[in-house]
Amino acid sequence: MPWTKIAAERQNITTTDSVNPDVRRGSYRDAILEATRSCMETDENVFVLGEGVDDVGGVFGTTQGLIDIFGPERVIDSPLAENGITGVAMGAALAGMRPLLVHMRVDFLPLSLDQIANHAAKWSYMFGGNASVPLTIRAITGRGWGSAAQHSQSLQAIFAHFPGLKVVMPATPYDAKGLLISSLYDNNPVLYLEHRWLYDMTGPLPAEMYRVPIGKANLIREGKDVTIIAISQMVGMAMEAAEDLGADGIECEVIDLRTIKPLDIELIRSSVQKTGRLVVADTAWKEFGVSAEILALALEDRDTFNALKGPAIRVALPDVPTPASHVLEEVFYHGPEDIISAVKKAVEEA
Amino acid sequence: MPLKIIKTFDVKFLQIIDESGRADAGLLPDLTTEELLKIYRAMILSRTFNRMALALQREGRIGTYASILGQEGAETGSALALEKGDWIFPSFRETGVFISRGYPLWRMLRYWRGDERGMEAPADMNIFPMSVPVGSQITHAVGAAMAMNIKKDKNIAVTYFGDGGSSRGDFHEGLNFAGVFKAPVIFICQNNQWAISLPRNRQSAAETIAQRAAGYGVPGIQVDGNDVVAVYAATARAAERARAGEGPTLIECFTYRLDDHTTADDSSRYRTDEDVAKWQKKEPLIRYKIFLENKGILNKELDKEITDEAEGLVKAAVTEAEAVAPPAPADIIKYTSATLSVRQKKDIKALKWEK
Repeated sequence: MPWTKIAAERQNITTTDSVNPDVRRGSYRDAILEATRSCMETDENVFVLGEGVDDVGGVFGTTQGLIDIFGPERVIDSPLAENGITGVAMGAALAGMRPLLVHMRVDFLPLSLDQIANHAAKWSYMFGGNASVPLTIRAITGRGWGSAAQHSQSLQAIFAHFPGLKVVMPATPYDAKGLLISSLYDNNPVLYLEHRWLYDMTGPLPAEMYRVPIGKANLIREGKDVTIIAISQMVGMAMEAAEDLGADGIECEVIDLRTIKPLDIELIRSSVQKTGRLVVADTAWKEFGVSAEILALALEDRDTFNALKGPAIRVALPDVPTPASHVLEEVFYHGPEDIISAVKKAVEEA
Repeated sequence: MPLKIIKTFDVKFLQIIDESGRADAGLLPDLTTEELLKIYRAMILSRTFNRMALALQREGRIGTYASILGQEGAETGSALALEKGDWIFPSFRETGVFISRGYPLWRMLRYWRGDERGMEAPADMNIFPMSVPVGSQITHAVGAAMAMNIKKDKNIAVTYFGDGGSSRGDFHEGLNFAGVFKAPVIFICQNNQWAISLPRNRQSAAETIAQRAAGYGVPGIQVDGNDVVAVYAATARAAERARAGEGPTLIECFTYRLDDHTTADDSSRYRTDEDVAKWQKKEPLIRYKIFLENKGILNKELDKEITDEAEGLVKAAVTEAEAVAPPAPADIIKYTSATLSVRQKKDIKALKWEK
């Protein structure tokens, strides 16, 4: 698996033009669609449920055409009821199916929090390990033109807080496919969080079915000076930042976290022990976020703590709602330049 | 343009054995002596278990317990009308359903003692853990039923909840889904008149819970929940419909919670003794016993035999439950997910939870 250790074509993370013509390429959106289709072809227990999954647009193209192949019995458009649909999907999972529940917006997933947090996450435990909930929930983070406070949130931290849930956030087409397949075959409930701005990104996308392990982060660039741990959309920006910083003589090690929960503690700690400097770039709010958990991981371990040369820095969103106005979005969201500043600060303060 | 009526609904009420034990021969389901006695045994066992569980709670040998006194008819009648492979999604007041399905009594007691393993159903028993959050299990049953449709499986799903649960969004969303997808599911509402201290007339302005099904294109029926045979017949009919691909049914079992909400409640704060006494006379065992005696199926000797047997079974279960070794501390982590994460493995070690 070429991308589980070092990305052979790391420049492809941010650019869309192919370098190696022998590698099959595809978009992030294709990756999700291919994974879904392959799993449905391979396993008749896999089915898709969600508002608009059979629509012509097919949830930004990620479920497009599935209705024609598998019919309305396995591609089920549903009445509008977030909590209800999550309970229904969970019931199907308990009865031996592997449902793929699609929520167009992660912002409305809190409406299903009772089913996700009090039921899906806990049934294995409450059943004395005797039941499993093989349920995958896809949810999409938006952003941009008018998405505003209720349509562009990154809510990974909420879900990662509950024991019994797994949370993945692929940042590349390769991982989008491999992680969705892994999620669908996992016997635990998995939240699969996508960023809408990644849908058009292209990159290596093997045609065959393959799995990217849940719980394994990906070291996508080696460096000796600073560790940048990036989540979802921030991964591409981190790679851009690392390129620029390389020109200035700062060698960044970039880790694409891929799985929020369970965290790849080993990789995070070994990298920080090597570089002694830590920058975390998250798509979500800073306060009580995943970035805080990563910093805690570094502080809680003596070897990692001793290796730290200076304060860790987080590139994450300020404690205010996500804005609607384009002007406000410009100042609110972070870009590669913010990661560059953070890295420089980390180096200066060390 | 005159105002036209384009749709009307009626709400049916089913009672087969009245409070005095008289049966409507035309409505009586075709049940053998053996089957009628099986229902009686399950009711007696449920009531015996309930009585002993309440005693154990007072002695501090189990935790908070939700009594089913007065609801044995609704629980036993419905549970015994189902096939072995059917899927049950109960609430916390369905001890009688568990017992009627043959759930190990010692496990029930482990559960009420506060042990997750108590809800570990035997492998061949499709009954899910009691849902303590009110109404959340309703949609699970709908999802399981939809899975049956996809799998072309002839089993059906059944969910239980109370009059309080019928105000939850889950109830409405579940009914709506089931109606749209013709899911083979039975919604059994145990309308016991009280949601803790909230009376039924404050739960909804609708005169019956059964009629709420009409809004979702689902048939609904109100049944005398204290008439075990009527509940049996209504459930059997709903199951037949579901298995034939005709979709869901809502059954409102009109019954009464004779005890407090749980052992942590005191219902004398919000209802009168006269009210309770009125319902005591209607409770399900009195009339069913008379019915069986009139049919010559039950006599004093057999009754004693059944009651003694139930006592013996529950006593043995208490002994068995109390002899079970407490769970290993590491179980907390082990059961959380199907596979352990690195951090969870480390936690087990660091917390010295595994010997």
